[in-house]
Amino acid sequence: MSWSGVFSQLLEIVAALLLAPLLTGWVNQCRAWLQNKSAPSLLLQYQMLRKLFHKESVVAEHASPLFRIAPYIVFGCMALASGIIPTLSIDLPLSPAADAIALVGLFAFARVFISLAAMDIGTAFGSLGARREMLIGFLAEPALLMVLFSASLITQSTSLTSVIETLAHREFVIYPSLAFAGVAFTLVSLAENARVPVDNPSTHLELTMIHEAMILEYSGRHLALIEWAASLKLFAYSCIGLTLFFPWGLAEVGSPGEMILALPVLVLKLAIGGALLALIEAVSAKMRIFRVPEFLATAFMLAVIGMLVHFLLG
Amino acid sequence: MMMQAYLIQSVNLFASALLLLSFAMLSQRRILSLIHLFTLQGAALVAATVVVAYVTNQHHLYYSAAITLVTKVIVIPILLHRLIDRLNVKWDVETLINIPTTMLLGILLVVFAFNLALPIAKLSSSIVHSTLGIALACVLLSFMMMITRAKAVPQVIGFLSMENGLFFAATAATYGMPMVVEFGIAFDVLVGMFILGVFMFQIREQFDSLDIRHLEKLKED
Amino acid sequence: MEQLLLVLAVPLLGGFVLALCGHRDYAPEVNVGVSLGTLVAAGLLTARIIDRGPMLAFDDQFFVDPLNVFLIALTAFVGFTTSVFSRPYMRHERDCGKMTPGRMRLYHSMYQLFNFTMLVALSTNNLGILWVAMEAATLTTVLLVSVYRTAASLEAAWKYFILCGVGIAQALFGTILLYLAADKVIGAGGGALLWTNLEAVKAQLEPNVMALAFVFLLLGYGTKVGLVPVHNWLPDAHAEGPTPISAVLSGLLLNVALYAVLRCKMLTDGALGNHLAGHLMIGFGLLSVVAAAFFLSRQKDIKRMFAYSSIEHMGLMTFAFGLGGPIANFAGLLHMTVHSLIKSAIFFAVGHAAQSAGSQLMEKIRGLIKVNPMVGWGLLLGTLAILGMPPFGVFASEFLILTTAMRDLPWATPFLLLALGVAFASIFSRVQEMVFGDTDLKPLEHPPALLPVFVHLGLGLMLGVYIPPYLVDWYQQAAKMIGG
Repeated sequence: MSWSGVFSQLLEIVAALLLAPLLTGWVNQCRAWLQNKSAPSLLLQYQMLRKLFHKESVVAEHASPLFRIAPYIVFGCMALASGIIPTLSIDLPLSPAADAIALVGLFAFARVFISLAAMDIGTAFGSLGARREMLIGFLAEPALLMVLFSASLITQSTSLTSVIETLAHREFVIYPSLAFAGVAFTLVSLAENARVPVDNPSTHLELTMIHEAMILEYSGRHLALIEWAASLKLFAYSCIGLTLFFPWGLAEVGSPGEMILALPVLVLKLAIGGALLALIEAVSAKMRIFRVPEFLATAFMLAVIGMLVHFLLG
Repeated sequence: MMMQAYLIQSVNLFASALLLLSFAMLSQRRILSLIHLFTLQGAALVAATVVVAYVTNQHHLYYSAAITLVTKVIVIPILLHRLIDRLNVKWDVETLINIPTTMLLGILLVVFAFNLALPIAKLSSSIVHSTLGIALACVLLSFMMMITRAKAVPQVIGFLSMENGLFFAATAATYGMPMVVEFGIAFDVLVGMFILGVFMFQIREQFDSLDIRHLEKLKED
Repeated sequence: MEQLLLVLAVPLLGGFVLALCGHRDYAPEVNVGVSLGTLVAAGLLTARIIDRGPMLAFDDQFFVDPLNVFLIALTAFVGFTTSVFSRPYMRHERDCGKMTPGRMRLYHSMYQLFNFTMLVALSTNNLGILWVAMEAATLTTVLLVSVYRTAASLEAAWKYFILCGVGIAQALFGTILLYLAADKVIGAGGGALLWTNLEAVKAQLEPNVMALAFVFLLLGYGTKVGLVPVHNWLPDAHAEGPTPISAVLSGLLLNVALYAVLRCKMLTDGALGNHLAGHLMIGFGLLSVVAAAFFLSRQKDIKRMFAYSSIEHMGLMTFAFGLGGPIANFAGLLHMTVHSLIKSAIFFAVGHAAQSAGSQLMEKIRGLIKVNPMVGWGLLLGTLAILGMPPFGVFASEFLILTTAMRDLPWATPFLLLALGVAFASIFSRVQEMVFGDTDLKPLEHPPALLPVFVHLGLGLMLGVYIPPYLVDWYQQAAKMIGG
């Protein structure tokens, strides 16, 4: 474990932490453009985080310690996930830990804690949001796993770094199973990251909220951490998507110099991804809650079909 | 050679698109989107046929692709659009079993089709023989779409989509059928569509609705 | 060769001519004339085949041999007699207001085009064209089934279209698989779908593919034959369409579909070497006979009842061809001929009976002997004939089938006997009530065309007692070809 390795790893984590709010801001800006509104500043998310960190955090009287700890746990999970997903390089000290199944487990861990925290206070909306979140998670996780397995079947490994290595180094081959997996992954990401058509991130109607309903009680630094964690989750999912479907442009070696060179490629890929996300959000309408299981069932079916097609066509 | 490999992979991709569209049609609720998806499916079929024709130098496949283009991508969608315009049927499609269950059954059908087609595909000497399983899966999925729909127009679209799947099966297994047969099939399909159009007006006139459940009164008595 | 051209061209041109003038008063006569022309051409073709044996025509695309020559003649003959029947029948329907001039045009032109498609299906050598013609036969009759525009007839036509369409799609898949197998042996191109070529190389066709192809072909064409469980369209289509259409559907189309199955069976048997095809046909045939007999006993509508009787008889024929061997095949071919003649005769009589009673429900039809003695006797004799009374032809063929079954497949015989018995009891009791008894029905205005009924019954009787030598020869040659 050389100093260079540690430094590179830290660089990747810091890059993730810094880029995540920028990605969210970019998506919001694209969406505003598409809706013909004047866009907020790209740095709005940073300003919001700074504002929240300076504010006092008000906690309900009968809140348990879980309520206070949950934001830190969630933030920690998301930061870790973003840090170990290969975004800039595939040869970092923590890279071997970037196993697809472990990542899904990390996301599930975070989901459990935030749902518990939402139910902790005992308000109606908290429980509502927690229940819906668990429903979506319950349906989305198998779909996500199937998507990751499709890619793993092609590359014979569940470690994301091996996936990148194999896919980036092979000749460009069109894998039909990855086409199915790609569509399924998009659907799952939309659901998990609380985007239209599953959940509107900018809604203020409590009865239609899923993600927002769970964090209604948080304020101050707790809220800042949770918002940051949400941005990191979007960042992490985007990077998983890029890993599976557009694995080119990453640094082979874990040296900081190479990683700085890989940074613009990452930014460009994320920018295009963010714009596409905004496009999907702009042309879709939020669907009713009882339709969400259908949506996720579709994603699951597509992922399974992707795997079956892999067995048939290779 | 590289080009050839890419072209064969692109046929696989078009085949997967065909399957994807069959699934999308299965889960679709609105008739207008159904017609658009059907048109896309026809376009994917034409693209796949053209690529196979180019790679294998079978010129009669170009003619087949042209026939498919004219019938499935241009004429029949136009007929369908006019039909639903005049019949005013843009409403939600009702399904007889709910959509997640339909999807699950669809998965089982796909597994069944792939298994069934595997030994046959090995016997074919075509270079895209592995897509025979996908073609059979499309046929079975369209068949299920016909069974689980309660209105006339989606049933018809399911029927046409089944024909798409069969055409692709012919292309995948044996580079298409002899031309005279393909002309005959295309002619049959067109005449069938025309008759169906006339027929739907008759149904509409009699029942004021195109709900198939009105057409289930004749039972054993 | 010219005779075949005439046989095909006359109905095709007739169809187009009638599309223009089918609504006029003289249209039924034109219809009869065209059908007569077809019959004459078929007669010439038959004479040529008797003279010089099987022939290939038009670049090998058409083929007439002992198996289809008598079917072609039969189709032309029944087409002609049905057109004679349809003259007064459709006039009566027009006077009742059930048929408008536009619908008469449709009816007449589609009638001839339907005959054309059936003749193409019978005489073609190309299995792909066979498929196209079968689908076209469905298409020409769909609009005819719904021609009265009642709720029930629309439902019947919709079911007919969709169910037969699905069936035909399966047959298309079977044809594709067949082409796949043929492609490897004969090579690509039009030659690979020609039946004569396939028959020559059938031992080299890949067994797995042929087995799967036959399953799809049996299910597909079997839908059009009316095999249980894919028979659902049949009773409705027969009951709701005009009676001449019921007659030709029952008498001719079912035969053509069975013929298609037989051609495929011959190839499959050669390719597989085992009796899979035969066993499948025995299974479906037996199921059809038994199921139809029981459905039959619960019917209230006369045409539905006789439609189920058609299903039963087609099941019996399928069973016979599944058994195989010279006697069973001969019996099956004979049964195809006599069933066609007698069933259409029954439908002619039923049509007139329903017209005089104004309804198709059996409880409303009574005392036909008194009102219209000829119709009454026609119905009674026809029913006795179809139920297997000697000396009509059906008795001879059923006897042969049952004895072969007793020898080769003893466990099936009780089922067959039970089914035939149930059918006998149900149909005969109903028909007896309809023919005898008191009634206040009035006679029909247009004198019913009863000559066709008695001509058909006469032929059925003759075939039970004496079969012309060339017909025996063809049956025997065809039975040998079908093998099994």
